[in-house]
Amino acid sequence: MVENRPWLTFFSHFILLAGVVIVLFPVWVAFVASTHDPRDMLSGVVPLWPGDRFIQNYYEIFVEGMAKAGAPPIGLLMMNSLIMALAIAIGKIAISIISAFAIVYFRFPLRVLFFWLIFITLMLPVEVRILPTFEVTAGLGLLNSYTGLTLPLIASATATFLFRQFYMTIPEELSEAARIDGAGPMKFFRDILLPLSRTNIAGLFVILFIYGWNQYLWPLLVTTDEGYYTIVISIQRMVSVPDSEPLWHVIMATVILAMIPPVLVVVFMQRLFIKGLVETEK
Amino acid sequence: MQTKRITFKAKGLPYLLVAPQLAVTLVFFIWPASQALYQSVLQQDAFGLRTEFVGLANFENLFADPLYLASFKVTMVFSFGTTFLSMGVALMLAVMADRVIKGATGYKTFLIWPYAVAPAVAGVLWWFMFNPTIGVAAYAIRQMGYDWNHTIDGNDALILIIIAAAWKQISYNFLFFLAGLQSIPRSLIEAAAIDGASPFKRFWTIVFPLLSPTSFFLLVVNMVYAFFDTFSVVHATTAGGPGQSTSILVYKVWRDAFESLDLGGSAAQSVILMLIVIALTVIQFRYIERKVEY
Amino acid sequence: MATILLDQVRKVYAGNVEAVKGVSIDIADGEFIVLVGPSGCGKSTLLRMIAGLEEISGGEIHIGDRVVNNVEPADRDIAMVFQNYALYPHMSVYDNLAYGLRNRGVAKGEIDSRVKEAARILEIGTFLDRKPRQLSGGQRQRVAMGRAIVRQPAAFLFDEPLSNLDAKLRVQMRIEIKRLQKALGTTSVYVTHDQLEAMTLANRLVVLNHGRIEQIGTPLDVYEAPATTFVAGFIGSPAMNLIPVKAKEGGLALETGEGLLAPNGHGVAQAILGVRPEDLVLATDGVAAPGGLSLEMTVIAVEPVGAESYVHGTVEGLKDDIVMRAGPKTDYAPGSRLKLTAVPEKLHIFDAQTGARLNA
Repeated sequence: MVENRPWLTFFSHFILLAGVVIVLFPVWVAFVASTHDPRDMLSGVVPLWPGDRFIQNYYEIFVEGMAKAGAPPIGLLMMNSLIMALAIAIGKIAISIISAFAIVYFRFPLRVLFFWLIFITLMLPVEVRILPTFEVTAGLGLLNSYTGLTLPLIASATATFLFRQFYMTIPEELSEAARIDGAGPMKFFRDILLPLSRTNIAGLFVILFIYGWNQYLWPLLVTTDEGYYTIVISIQRMVSVPDSEPLWHVIMATVILAMIPPVLVVVFMQRLFIKGLVETEK
Repeated sequence: MQTKRITFKAKGLPYLLVAPQLAVTLVFFIWPASQALYQSVLQQDAFGLRTEFVGLANFENLFADPLYLASFKVTMVFSFGTTFLSMGVALMLAVMADRVIKGATGYKTFLIWPYAVAPAVAGVLWWFMFNPTIGVAAYAIRQMGYDWNHTIDGNDALILIIIAAAWKQISYNFLFFLAGLQSIPRSLIEAAAIDGASPFKRFWTIVFPLLSPTSFFLLVVNMVYAFFDTFSVVHATTAGGPGQSTSILVYKVWRDAFESLDLGGSAAQSVILMLIVIALTVIQFRYIERKVEY
Repeated sequence: MATILLDQVRKVYAGNVEAVKGVSIDIADGEFIVLVGPSGCGKSTLLRMIAGLEEISGGEIHIGDRVVNNVEPADRDIAMVFQNYALYPHMSVYDNLAYGLRNRGVAKGEIDSRVKEAARILEIGTFLDRKPRQLSGGQRQRVAMGRAIVRQPAAFLFDEPLSNLDAKLRVQMRIEIKRLQKALGTTSVYVTHDQLEAMTLANRLVVLNHGRIEQIGTPLDVYEAPATTFVAGFIGSPAMNLIPVKAKEGGLALETGEGLLAPNGHGVAQAILGVRPEDLVLATDGVAAPGGLSLEMTVIAVEPVGAESYVHGTVEGLKDDIVMRAGPKTDYAPGSRLKLTAVPEKLHIFDAQTGARLNA
């Protein structure tokens, strides 16, 4: 700091700690609720200190299933979420990295048109074309399938731009040297471009994994079969049980479990996460 | 548009490479969007038997519909509320984190993880906190003399979803503000300090103006988020209620399509939403072109 | 080993920009050819056409006994050293050298022995396991050379390979390249804008300007008998003094008609008279060399560079300054007037319109 003002430093720490508490508090409350007997919550306000039913509650939702709460087994839900997150992340990266390669390293008729078609997807989130997209997916017989959950979401202008941007920074001499060294386009892609894109891919993967895991509207539309519910969707189903008080301890345990995978990804891959975040916004 | 000076020669290969992306784009993006455009000028009769071209009648109906206009108003309040709440808190935290040397990375770790929380989950978390009978926050507010009940009071419900949506976005704004702050040359701050400006004055006269590109960028990003990524916050908690008090545009377009089955009206709403995204995207890209300069 | 023949080679870019305008060069086997010229003269384009990295718009390029116009770069049996080295950043030095051989399906043992041999020649054996970013500029340069050597190509192509190095390293690598090329005897084409580099490396120089060849010749030929005013001005440092003159009373005078400079050996009405700074000497007792040049210069400044000094001055009636090379510790006060001369054999006469050399 420019000058030493102890009270200001103290104040800064105070604000930051308050910020951390505000950010953490709802999750703490949820965690606490997930460790109590459901009856504890019917008698007034939710307690603020964990109860003694941590193991029992989580054991219950894993083993006995969540039929009581009106949801399929949590293992299946998490598996579905994982499949969806991985398929979306890998799918988006795969199709974007090759289309960016085509657009940067080849000159062919319709190239610019293709580029703009991909660009347009940026302006068409699911929310603005809900019904017709649903109809197309239904028409292709993709409702209640993993393909239906993921395929319609894997076009990505952002990822394509990211890779295009990155390729533009690679010196031209590198591809010329490779050409002289006898590498054709696909060999160049595999031996040179792909290894060089490693950190970009990893950063993007972190962002897209979170994106895929947290999908809501789309799975809500295309899944009616509980076997394809994701964990995020299941929470809403449990919350909106008619005519009875929701089973808060189960719901909050599910909430905690739904948060853990993407939060762990962010916390443990912080550097890649920030890289991915900053670059997808360029 | 730029390519590399040296381009590979292969006739079919580039088409093969763009094919998957293009196929998904055409089938699931372009075609449905064009359908929405098309359906927005059609109307079905009550039994779904006949469809006729009605021109802009769907749009006229929409803007004559008090429910739609109310939804517009709710969306505005919600978007601006979410954006300013989230950006304000994030800016304050980022300024503080930029000041402290000890523990800065620790704070960062503790502040950025909510990015990973699904908006739906964020909604449920706060919904639980504010639950009128058992929620901690509702209890605290009651102790202060206000009878919080978002299941009855529309304003309470709107405040609830604003808080939930803003909470999740703090991490994102914090990261970008912190990056923006750290890119301001130290020497500028030092020069201002030598010129006798107090920390508070330095912030408003030096730091804040230099941060304006970041702020503007975040403003657009947050508006996009509040408009389009918050369906789940509403759907998982208030379900648009009580009444229509939290029925934001993306929620209404979904309900009209899937619950009211009003095809033409829903399509017209989709088209209006499309115009909004296009406007926001254009603003964002024009801005990014300027960002390249520094 | 191979000859390279360029026959009326042309390059026209989109929008009818002609970068190379009908260039013909006959390069002998084992020869070291340097293409030199100012930026934008087409030298790099020409090299890249030989490499196969640019399409050839017209004419033919032969490497060995085949026309390579439509042959892929990889199949032309050439190796190229780039200005920025273009080393594969994610591969070790070893893999950088081996990559081209692997793509050609060379046997593993053979690759290993060739890489080791190249590493030995270039003294990079100790860092074969490192990545390019862990190397200094000079070491990277060596690796780039190594990548060319292992291929044992018919020809080496160098695209300003030394311009990213600092001055001292540049001299060192220049000598090394020369030594290496001699030892291997591989035909080489080398592009540079640095005339000193060109002079020291080349068996023959090709001076290019605006996509055309100005002169081809050994460095000394080019220096002693520049074919055009462009070459005269480009090769040599400080540059040759070029003085517009016209005929007057059987001799050549400044364009203003004043000051008789030299005899008119070619009977021209107008011409450009060239004289190198080192060929200008003080006229002993104010008397010009018989049949030679005679000038009176007013000194502006003296630049001592250690081993010698450059005396800059003006001549009345002449727009450009004149430079004379003088011995070390030369000291003239600004404003002093010097009578200069040069022997007739050291005078160059160029056509006033075309800039072509008139004397033999």
